[in-house]
Amino acid sequence: MFDTLTLATLPEQDEALRSVVRDLVARHVAGISIDRRARSWQGFDAGFSRALGAAGLLGLTLPKAYGGQERGPFARFVVVEELLGAGAPVAAHWIADRQSAPLILHFGTEAQRQCYIPGICRGELLFCIGMSEPGSGSDLASVRTRAERTEKGWLLNGQKIWTSNAMHSDYMIALVRTSGTSDDRHAGLSQVIVDLKAPGVTVRPIVDLTGDAHFAEVFFDNVALGEDALIGREGEGWKQVGAELAFERSGPERIYSSVVLLDAWVRHLQAIGRNDCAPLVGRLTAELATLRAMSIACTARLAAGESPVVEASIVKDRGTGFEQELPLVIGDDLAAHPDEPVSEELYRTLLYVTHVAPSFSLRGGTREILRGIIARGMGLR
Amino acid sequence: MQDMDLLGPFVRLLDDVAVPAAVRALEAGGSIRPIWQVIVDSGYLDALVGEDRGGAGLALGEIAPLVEALGAHALPLPVADTMVARALLAEAGIAAPAGPIVLVSSLAQPVPGALLADHALVDTGMVVVLSPIAALDPQPTGVHGSVSAKLSGVPQGPSLARPAGGLRAVAAVLRAALIAGATARLTEMSAAYANERVQFGKPIGRQQALQQMLAVMAEDMIACRIAARMGASHGIAVPVHLAASAKITTSIAASRVAGSAHAVHGAIGISEEYDLQLLTRRLHEWRLAEGSEGYWSGLLGKARLDSAAPTVDWVRAEVFG
Repeated sequence: MFDTLTLATLPEQDEALRSVVRDLVARHVAGISIDRRARSWQGFDAGFSRALGAAGLLGLTLPKAYGGQERGPFARFVVVEELLGAGAPVAAHWIADRQSAPLILHFGTEAQRQCYIPGICRGELLFCIGMSEPGSGSDLASVRTRAERTEKGWLLNGQKIWTSNAMHSDYMIALVRTSGTSDDRHAGLSQVIVDLKAPGVTVRPIVDLTGDAHFAEVFFDNVALGEDALIGREGEGWKQVGAELAFERSGPERIYSSVVLLDAWVRHLQAIGRNDCAPLVGRLTAELATLRAMSIACTARLAAGESPVVEASIVKDRGTGFEQELPLVIGDDLAAHPDEPVSEELYRTLLYVTHVAPSFSLRGGTREILRGIIARGMGLR
Repeated sequence: MQDMDLLGPFVRLLDDVAVPAAVRALEAGGSIRPIWQVIVDSGYLDALVGEDRGGAGLALGEIAPLVEALGAHALPLPVADTMVARALLAEAGIAAPAGPIVLVSSLAQPVPGALLADHALVDTGMVVVLSPIAALDPQPTGVHGSVSAKLSGVPQGPSLARPAGGLRAVAAVLRAALIAGATARLTEMSAAYANERVQFGKPIGRQQALQQMLAVMAEDMIACRIAARMGASHGIAVPVHLAASAKITTSIAASRVAGSAHAVHGAIGISEEYDLQLLTRRLHEWRLAEGSEGYWSGLLGKARLDSAAPTVDWVRAEVFG
């Protein structure tokens, strides 16, 4: 079962990218506090993303003809691992680099590729993904936001919600209904690209339980879209979204979201000279090592040109479970020693990750949905 | 040699000889000779022996799928142990005995398969000794169906140098691969059973509660496969941190997968006549052998805490190597 998901190794030439990223990251994160670094891929810094682009560290999987590096998924794994391991702020380019550009490359017209991908590779064009709506969460096929045909293109009406970084983004790629009703389920859905500065678009940030506002609600009130707003084929939106999921769910961001906290805790233990929790540290280290190998195994399927959606769901479900366990067991360890001083920075980091951790198994497909996908892959539904 | 060239014939061989009835016969004290002779004749026992010494010259990583196949068949014979032992003996220029050999890293606790072995390769902490098993007075554990034995005394026989990490690291990786094979078989059996067994008017596999549990089984199965193969990826001289990672991941999964497999199968899975228990009993035995998750976690954690490197860097350098 799932026999192709097996041990793979990162090619030497991609490993070589590590030192390039490392220098850039070290310079950049040196002044950022641990609890800010713990924002992981929610940390936003447009300047840093442009610096990555200038250093040739974005668009690693994309063709040179569009400004990419033409190196492939393994190179992206290495760079992303370095960025997340250090807690570098990568949110600005994250969605565009991971999903939007590959989507435009695969399904877009030549004009769309020329228009968007080079800017993404430079870290200048920022994208968000419009999926959820007030009435559509896990049941994505029920989206109601509608693009109607006009003489010059499309007229967009509706609302998206929980859209990460919409307030910072230039464009949204939205899943919308172009025909039928929500009763038609997957049929009649299409993907359109929306300029978020267009008249009729309103973006309202939503503050989360940590005080951050990384996601937003986005309203479309008679937004006029050109003919060229459609990406791929009309009515094929569902299938196209499916192809994105393997990119979205298999990467290191599904295992490293709490790694800044893990490092901070280890440094605390070392400073205090306590090793009574060595078995816990060892178990977490082993689980991280296995997850890393699983993520590389999934990356190898991407590199082979496959779309390992079920395998990516396996990595994401297990990975986010690990990410969510970390703040709980670390919190227990620290509080199990009530007479031991804990730095304010570590305490803030712990509570930030503790509070935000439930989102790890919501974003990008909930745990329950992923397990349903895995069960289908096992022939159970 | 490609994995599949090697694996296909081996799986067919096991499908022929390691059938559940034969496994039960071994557990009941039956002769090992018919099965052992087929395995000897196949030449697989010398898979890890260097080509210059008449073997196939394969690396441990290349035979990991074979060890998984042994686990999937719940074969209690120490075939994988014997493969490693014969390679170490050949390397040391010592003629290997014809029968099964168990790897022994401690005399303190029962050794899986020892009741079926003719010899033991014992790591004394100083050297490795090839001893007739009789010299170690193998005693049954009294556990139903188990061919593990408690050993005691002083090993008698020729000695060879300890491999780096001792025998425990490589033996732990073998147990990890056996667990990986058994979890794969249990996951397949459980998914198949969930599709057949009807309750409330539909196969129980249509229930979301079952689907969620089986999905986690599949995750554990993949984690075991990858952790075990990673453990085997550096050859017989298994680095200790690699053994730790493999055995921790597979030992934790072993209990969870055994529990879920029984939960899916219900009462029939507990019965002796049903094959499920051949695999789940073995899973628990392999989890406890050569150090459980707790043993290796303590060891790995201490090493981790001794280093100032960030976690991801440490894991890349010290586990992935």
